[in-house]
Amino acid sequence: MDRRKTAIVALVLCLAALAVLPFVSEKFYVQLFTKILIMGIFAMSLDLLIGYSGLVSFGHAAYFGGAGYVLVLVSPQYAAASLWTSLPIAVAAAALLALGIGMLVLRTSGIYFIMVTLAFSQMLFFLFHDTKIAGGADGIYIYVRPVADILGWKPFDLENVVHLYFVVLAVFIAVFVLLRVVLASLFGRVIEGIRINESRMRSLGYATFRYKLACFVIAGALAGLAGYLSAIQFGVVNPDMLAWHLSGSVMMMVILGGMGTLVGPALGAMVMMLLELGLQSLPEVGGLDIGRHWQLLMGSFIVLVALLLPQGLIGLLTKRGAKKAHG
Amino acid sequence: MVEPLRQGTSVLRARGLSRHFGGLAAVNDVSLECCMGEVHAVIGPNGAGKTTLINVLSGDLPPSSGRIELHGRDVTGLASHQISRLGVGRSYQKSNVFLPFTAFENCRLAAQSRLVSSMRFFRAAARYRAVNEAAERALVEVGLETRADVALASLSHGERRQIEIAMTLATRPQVLLLDEPLAGMGAEESARIVELLRKLVSDHAILLVEHDMDAVFAVADVLTVMVNGNVLESGAPEQIRSSKAVQEAYLGTDDSNTTD
Repeated sequence: MDRRKTAIVALVLCLAALAVLPFVSEKFYVQLFTKILIMGIFAMSLDLLIGYSGLVSFGHAAYFGGAGYVLVLVSPQYAAASLWTSLPIAVAAAALLALGIGMLVLRTSGIYFIMVTLAFSQMLFFLFHDTKIAGGADGIYIYVRPVADILGWKPFDLENVVHLYFVVLAVFIAVFVLLRVVLASLFGRVIEGIRINESRMRSLGYATFRYKLACFVIAGALAGLAGYLSAIQFGVVNPDMLAWHLSGSVMMMVILGGMGTLVGPALGAMVMMLLELGLQSLPEVGGLDIGRHWQLLMGSFIVLVALLLPQGLIGLLTKRGAKKAHG
Repeated sequence: MVEPLRQGTSVLRARGLSRHFGGLAAVNDVSLECCMGEVHAVIGPNGAGKTTLINVLSGDLPPSSGRIELHGRDVTGLASHQISRLGVGRSYQKSNVFLPFTAFENCRLAAQSRLVSSMRFFRAAARYRAVNEAAERALVEVGLETRADVALASLSHGERRQIEIAMTLATRPQVLLLDEPLAGMGAEESARIVELLRKLVSDHAILLVEHDMDAVFAVADVLTVMVNGNVLESGAPEQIRSSKAVQEAYLGTDDSNTTD
């Protein structure tokens, strides 16, 4: 119980810090943390697959980028789309994409699953990269961000950096709570059972395929939600949002932070992005520009974490891993 | 869930069942019947095809040929989760459990499988009281209620074997396919499970694969002896005990087991 209290206090403190951030820091950091929270949502959605159901998807960028492209395609070129229609459409499209791809890839498992999820996301990448759809390889700008208009009343303005930050923070909290609830539900117990021993789940009477598919669709929809927010933040959508680099780095965030936890992937996203920024700004030492070769240092850091913290960074916070405390 | 059946009613029937692995006939033209209120024991030396027979009956493996009937309905070729939902529960020779989960959670997950669907995303699993109670009952039946909150990874080998059986019971099957339930159990645990089988048989049809001959002859109503994938002989225990062919092929090799 003590551990539970500590976890709650820590969570409340984190939220409080995130809530006051825009009032005490520069715009740059508000934008950085908007990006971190979006990647946190993306990483949590992937962890639902990797950490909770044991489905190592290496093509999760497909749903992230897919939703971004849908936003562009449903937006008028020089006018604003409505948040209330474009958001559900983008998320539903990502879910539909995950349903289609999931029905095919979930027939495989293990290393083949990794390969085919990668293959499908790369197909989507090249579809946008090699054709003229939505600007081809250069991508396309979203000149006007969607408006949140309720009968003429605008509760917030997505063009405003601070407003966008709070919207993203609210979505992040909502996704975190939603995933906690889902993981504690009957469905959540089934997907964890599938990760641990799928054949036994079948002999207990569970049609495991449809649970895995449902999980794949939920993860795809949440990745789409993150991609939609990301497209709004940067005002641009390009094929990089679909590329395997992105699938790889979000997977790294999940593993670095701690698979099978919700706090872990969010922590992983934050640490990786802050570290990237910190390492890039390292000074030149004796003619060697360390900052330019930041990826060498990042690589070493990841190797160290993998060797010393098999449960990921979350292992630092709780001795027996975060599973007990954070679910 | 399913209406209670009168004792002696044939529930599960295999007709000419075969399963080949390449050129090897692991199970060859086996016909047998499991009736309500009866323990049908399948015995035979290692490699006789007993586990393969259970795997085929439970849907874990599709048969190469032959037919499986459940309540007179053809269920040949159905997947294991479908067979399970029709009221056939199986246990595994090697504990096939969820090691990171507690004993209770293993049984709870088994009991949860009897809900119409687990596509419920919001209400906490812990709040399904009927499921919790079914899991607790299963733990009590195998005598492990005091170990409910211990992770399976921390239980002894024998205790895991008991959880294996508790999980099967938690799915409330009518037909039990038990693959060497006593293997790896201590004498006390074995006696408890034999006692449990005697109690269960009144409202279950039980197919028992077991090497412990004392236990087999203590509970079996019908015996089938398998050798090299074939049925050597099938009948009442006395008939099997006095069969020359069986003694030569199997029982004779280990006299100490056959004399009570």
